[in-house]
Amino acid sequence: MSATRVAVLRFPGTLDHESAATAVRAVGGDPFFTHHTDTELPDDTHAVVIPGGFSYGDHLRPGALASRTPIMNAVKRHAAGGGRVLGICNGFQILCESAMLPGVLRPNASLSFICRQGDLEVADAGTPWTGGRVVGERLSVPFKHHDGAWFGDPGESRVVLRYRGENPNGSVDKIAGISNLAGNVMGLMPHPEEACDPLLGSVDGRTLFAALLA
Amino acid sequence: MTLVVVTVMPKRGVLDPQGQAVQGALSHMGFGDVADVRVGKRIELEIGGPDPAGQAAKMCDDLLANALIEDYSVEVPG
Repeated sequence: MSATRVAVLRFPGTLDHESAATAVRAVGGDPFFTHHTDTELPDDTHAVVIPGGFSYGDHLRPGALASRTPIMNAVKRHAAGGGRVLGICNGFQILCESAMLPGVLRPNASLSFICRQGDLEVADAGTPWTGGRVVGERLSVPFKHHDGAWFGDPGESRVVLRYRGENPNGSVDKIAGISNLAGNVMGLMPHPEEACDPLLGSVDGRTLFAALLA
Repeated sequence: MTLVVVTVMPKRGVLDPQGQAVQGALSHMGFGDVADVRVGKRIELEIGGPDPAGQAAKMCDDLLANALIEDYSVEVPG
């Protein structure tokens, strides 16, 4: 049996696609890159990752321009059919701007770029994205973002991950990651793809990537 | 061509850290009378065809503003 195919989206300005592809491989998947002008995902696409970066230079609003590209219509159809989609950092911003997730990511309250290892905790263990972890369990994952303050009505989503301890960016209810109500579309600001190899100090991020293959 | 000016501003009540930072700087510079600062953006569009203001409003709804956190206004100067 061949490995499960996972599309890794690339836009002009995407940075973390190689790390995301490495993370997909770390959990046994077969990643491939797409182009922002593609209008369809290949038929054998099992899941989609929208990696981090600064698509279109963050012009207008982070994620705003990428969310209006042809490939995102294909991603919406994939999700409407129940397929799983994971958006990380700029990918989370793109999912919110395309209304696949509620809310919007605003500049950090400090207006400073955050770049450090940080702790998350599971807030809802009922989605596929946290594997067998229980509510309150800790995940160590890098934070690196400037526009990471999620703003919106938490009741329109499932709050999957919260920042543990101090709120790093002014996000509503310390929200770090949410899924849609159906649970198949997940977005988060921290970077699980950089926490999939023991050399990087944490493999907690593998949980989210493993969920793509299920 | 018609010049259409779109102004996009953070909604009242939504935290505007950029505005607060500017206000802080102004205060340090001695402009202590400034009670509030909000920073938005001005977008100038050169539009052909009918109803340029209506077209601009549709662009705001579809892309130029995010209704969750921003208000916009459309002006045709001249």
